[in-house]
Amino acid sequence: MLPRRILLALVVAPLGLAPVSAHAATVQIVMDKLVFAPAQVQAKVGDTIEWVNRDILAHTATATAGDDWNVIIGPNKTEKLVLQKAGTVDYYCKYHPNMKGQLIIAP
Amino acid sequence: MLAKLTAALAATCLLSGAALAQSAKPTDAQIAHIAYTAGEIDIDVAKQALAKSKNKEVRSFAEDMVRDHTAVNKQALDLVKKLKVKPEDNDTSRALSKAAADKKAELAKLNGGDFDKAYVSNEAAYHKRVNGALETTLIPSANNAELKSLLQTGLKVFQGHQQHAEHVAAQLK
Repeated sequence: MLPRRILLALVVAPLGLAPVSAHAATVQIVMDKLVFAPAQVQAKVGDTIEWVNRDILAHTATATAGDDWNVIIGPNKTEKLVLQKAGTVDYYCKYHPNMKGQLIIAP
Repeated sequence: MLAKLTAALAATCLLSGAALAQSAKPTDAQIAHIAYTAGEIDIDVAKQALAKSKNKEVRSFAEDMVRDHTAVNKQALDLVKKLKVKPEDNDTSRALSKAAADKKAELAKLNGGDFDKAYVSNEAAYHKRVNGALETTLIPSANNAELKSLLQTGLKVFQGHQQHAEHVAAQLK
């Protein structure tokens, strides 16, 4: 038996760290030959976006407006982002501004 | 064949896609050398821009050029190693290097906004020519499927660079 305090910490800590709903999903977006696919994705607050970079180049997923987020994905790397806010976010690759995508995030 | 191509290049001092299309059928070893040289030239001039320019857009573009061309050229080196192909220097590569050295000397004399404009407009033109050469000659001439595929990826990347350069050039006007 674990001491009660530790047990409590184990239960509470994950909840405290990630306010993720029970049905949080992971949505994958592949970056291949300088294209985000799919270019438009629907998700919910709490879902995780996973960008998989299959190119030999570094890319970013950067919100077009404001400083919401800026994820750098190295060549052949995968990076994740947990969605915190509802809304429609246009994003692009800072290094290759032709690469554009959109997240439609439901509350 | 290659001599004719080189003569065309030397005459214009440019990598003209049309000239390449008409006459050349370079070997894979030569294609690898030409593609690698074209990348190194762009890295070199981007470093010149990073040393000279204070414009945020221009510097960020130059950083993109160093990052992407370094990545593509590293991939090219890995591939030729794997295929045991020795990149072969050739008159096209030499003409490219000569034209690039002249351009670099020309840019070295410019400063501030004049340098920025000249650098970015040259980048747009340079990528356009290299892309033309890739499309009409280098990609169709490549025998090895992996080399062809890398050149196709390169073309996609460099088309993006061309558009990016054109965009920055328009902003500088």
